[in-house]
Amino acid sequence: MRIRFRFSKLGKIRFTSQRDVARMWERALRRARLPLAYTEGFSPRPQLSFGLALPTGAESLAEYVDVALDPVRAAELGVDVATLPATLSGLLPEGIEIEEAVLVERSKDSLQQMVTSCSWTMRLAGLTRDELAAAVDALLAADTVTITRERKGREELDDLRPSVLALAVAADGADFVEDPSGRTVGLVAELSTQPRGVRPVELVRGLIAVSGERATDTFDGQADPGRPGSIPVVDRACRTQQWIERDGLRQEPLLGRVVPAGTDRAQHAMERAS
Amino acid sequence: MESLWPQIEPLLAQVTKPARYIGGELGAQQVEHGPDVVSWLLVYPDTYEVGLPNQGLQILYEILNERPDAAAERSYAPWVDMEAAMRSAGIPLFSVEGHLPASGFDVLAFNLSAELVYTNVLNLIDLAGVAVRGADRTARDPIVMAGGHCVFNPEPLADFIDVFVLGDGEEVVSEINEVVAAHRCGPTPDGADSADRAALLRALSRVPGVYVPSCYDVAYDDDGRLAGITARFDDTPGRVEKRTIADLGSWPYPRQQLVPLIEVVHDRLNVELFRGCTRGCRFCQAGMITRPVRERPADQVRTMVSDGLDRTGYDEVALTSLSSADYSGIEETVTGIIDDPSCSGQVSVSLPSLRVDAFTVGTAAQIQRVRRTGLTFAPEGGTWRMRQVINKLIREEDLYAAVDAAFSQGWKRVKLYFLIGLPTETDEDTLGIVTLAKQCVAIGKRYHSSVTVTASVGGFVPKVQTPFQWFGQNTIEELTRKVHLLRDAARPVRGLTIRWHDPKATAAEGIVSRGDRRMGAVIEQVWRNGGTFQEWSECFDLRLWTDALEAHGMTLEDAVYRHRTEDEVLPWDHISAGLHRDFLWQDWRDALAEYGLPDCRWTPCYDCGACTGYGIEHVVASAVPPAGGSQGTGQDLSSGGQVPVRFLSTAPSGAGPAPGPGGSAVALVGEGRG
Repeated sequence: MRIRFRFSKLGKIRFTSQRDVARMWERALRRARLPLAYTEGFSPRPQLSFGLALPTGAESLAEYVDVALDPVRAAELGVDVATLPATLSGLLPEGIEIEEAVLVERSKDSLQQMVTSCSWTMRLAGLTRDELAAAVDALLAADTVTITRERKGREELDDLRPSVLALAVAADGADFVEDPSGRTVGLVAELSTQPRGVRPVELVRGLIAVSGERATDTFDGQADPGRPGSIPVVDRACRTQQWIERDGLRQEPLLGRVVPAGTDRAQHAMERAS
Repeated sequence: MESLWPQIEPLLAQVTKPARYIGGELGAQQVEHGPDVVSWLLVYPDTYEVGLPNQGLQILYEILNERPDAAAERSYAPWVDMEAAMRSAGIPLFSVEGHLPASGFDVLAFNLSAELVYTNVLNLIDLAGVAVRGADRTARDPIVMAGGHCVFNPEPLADFIDVFVLGDGEEVVSEINEVVAAHRCGPTPDGADSADRAALLRALSRVPGVYVPSCYDVAYDDDGRLAGITARFDDTPGRVEKRTIADLGSWPYPRQQLVPLIEVVHDRLNVELFRGCTRGCRFCQAGMITRPVRERPADQVRTMVSDGLDRTGYDEVALTSLSSADYSGIEETVTGIIDDPSCSGQVSVSLPSLRVDAFTVGTAAQIQRVRRTGLTFAPEGGTWRMRQVINKLIREEDLYAAVDAAFSQGWKRVKLYFLIGLPTETDEDTLGIVTLAKQCVAIGKRYHSSVTVTASVGGFVPKVQTPFQWFGQNTIEELTRKVHLLRDAARPVRGLTIRWHDPKATAAEGIVSRGDRRMGAVIEQVWRNGGTFQEWSECFDLRLWTDALEAHGMTLEDAVYRHRTEDEVLPWDHISAGLHRDFLWQDWRDALAEYGLPDCRWTPCYDCGACTGYGIEHVVASAVPPAGGSQGTGQDLSSGGQVPVRFLSTAPSGAGPAPGPGGSAVALVGEGRG
């Protein structure tokens, strides 16, 4: 028996790692006394399978985890999937909230393998709206966008362009990217996960590269929008959706339903988190 | 006080492990500060991962926050990258709950568990925006306090810490809170000046268990030797006695153990089985300063475990103490936890600090039923002679039986702890470590084709308030030579790994451990020259320490390597852990005579002072020593080296013997099989 949960990760808790979140889930599931299925061997662990790893520091409205339950004991205890989001949200730390839970079929591919792309909204600091618009146009027009990426502790050159499926400056007052101080500008993007996932900072690296600025590795640092000529930095990044592809259609992993881009879920969740 | 979070948040994108600084643990308390409330910032002077699990700090956190007139938050040493970011952004040390600035608290209370964190203590006081030296603090600055095992020689930090608190903190923390409340709460007297601070400190010095160094004069003789430390006031105690709670059962804390969001050391539920240990290992400061033994009632242990697991969701519980296998009825306790239906058979139990002579096949069988936690035994000395000197009276056969029990129950890795540089140690003693470890590998090979035995070797640092406080520590060169001896002897042995502690770090620990008040200037210089996180090998630098010693006219020879004499005034003579000085001296002479002293839990009292002086007693559920133990069991202690080791010829047949009510001794199992 396998249950797929969709949950958000917002606020201070964004500074925890994917591994930390996995451990929070394990503890919450045990506190809920769910009849977890465990791995075999000398060191049995609960069988949890997460979607694509979220970079530490990024928020998300669309995290997923598959939890395997012992079918016999689950039937005995009468596990009610509908009540699980509320129960487990109360047992998870502040900032992690479960939105939905459904029973899913056991599938050959893990969630992580099935995800083909992710939607993001970001707040960037250190540049104006017009500068960002120009950089977005330049990136979309480019055939290749070479950036440095870190892979297994080594720096490599990589072409970012094929991974950028969609990119736009966010509309004024849009969703998550609203910054009351007005120091930042919003960006929305859909980034492919194949052959590798793109991190928000890598996308910004690409924007710097096409703007003719020197691509630098030091821009994850503190935003200083007041400084003239400072380079853009990611002030806040939020994954708004993970997508899987089935029968040639882009689908949301939980319900298998087709979801158009740009739903209003982001706005709703951000209001709740603030 | 206003939250610094808006300024802290942008820094977190550029530092490692940013979740160290966000708080939000299960069990973290959002407290209300106010004019009638004494605010405490409890600080662990090491990283969050090391400091968060500290049970002492968590116990005080809860006790204080249960009081209506106290509010406690926590802080940990920011790692070097975060500290640099904070200093460049002008952000002071802050609490992890409310992100409030440290200087706004009434009390900064440090936990001192290890000497090499002392430079971090200075750094954190400075990062708080408070004057590093107590003499420079003003009326409204926080009172800087310290507690923990290291305060039994408070002198090296006496210039920086206003108030030291000795021994168990459960009761005295409330008494301190009341004194501080009387001075700090309510209407502030106009024109408050430093005299008020002195009055508060003097009032605190009258609380039993509290040492206020500014209330004492230090005198030196013409040769520059310490001549004495005496109270300046009639109502200040000449000798400060530690505090001891008589009954651990009255203090079922922590009730709400903190569950961190990130992985920390000892990341599990911890339940304290008992406090104190009277095995009498002469090198062990913890065993000497926490006497007598006070066991927690077994039913309270069970309740704390089951409530704790329910509340936290942990799947591992550690039953902690200085020697957990000595707990009366340890096997029933472990079995009870594992068989508890609410644990669904998925909770594992770990027993840190296992004595080999109390570790049985029954215990081994129980603790590996869910998943095998690491197994570590600490014979400490390589030969029976050495172990008589240090009074760690476990025989070769005890060790082999314990290791046999472990391997027979499926373990393939065993870790052994040893000390080198012990008093009277010869190369034969040192090399005995390899002999023992090699035999353990041989035992393991009877059960498994491939086993790993790791012998972890630490350099001995003589600790205050122990019989070895007079011993001159081995030099760096001597410890290094012994490490090489071990490494060379172990190299041909397949399955044996030797790990050792850096002898340079051992020397630095020695500098601070037995220093007098003048050592404060050395610590301050090391800190000013950038020497923080000195217990971390990537940050440790011996040169900082030797340069600072030299700058203040001191040497390693005198501070560390020199044997102290019987008539010498020791810098901690005015501090008492309850142990009579003549008891310690006699025990030191006994050590040199290779004479072992049995555990007083099960034999007549020899008046160390810890019980009689405070009118308290051992609290143990069973007057019978644990099965398999060689101490107090009537076994001939002089037989150690001569007892032939008998190996079991048959591999275990799956189902081990059922543990009987008294626990199955390894020796009995061995005979049954033979």
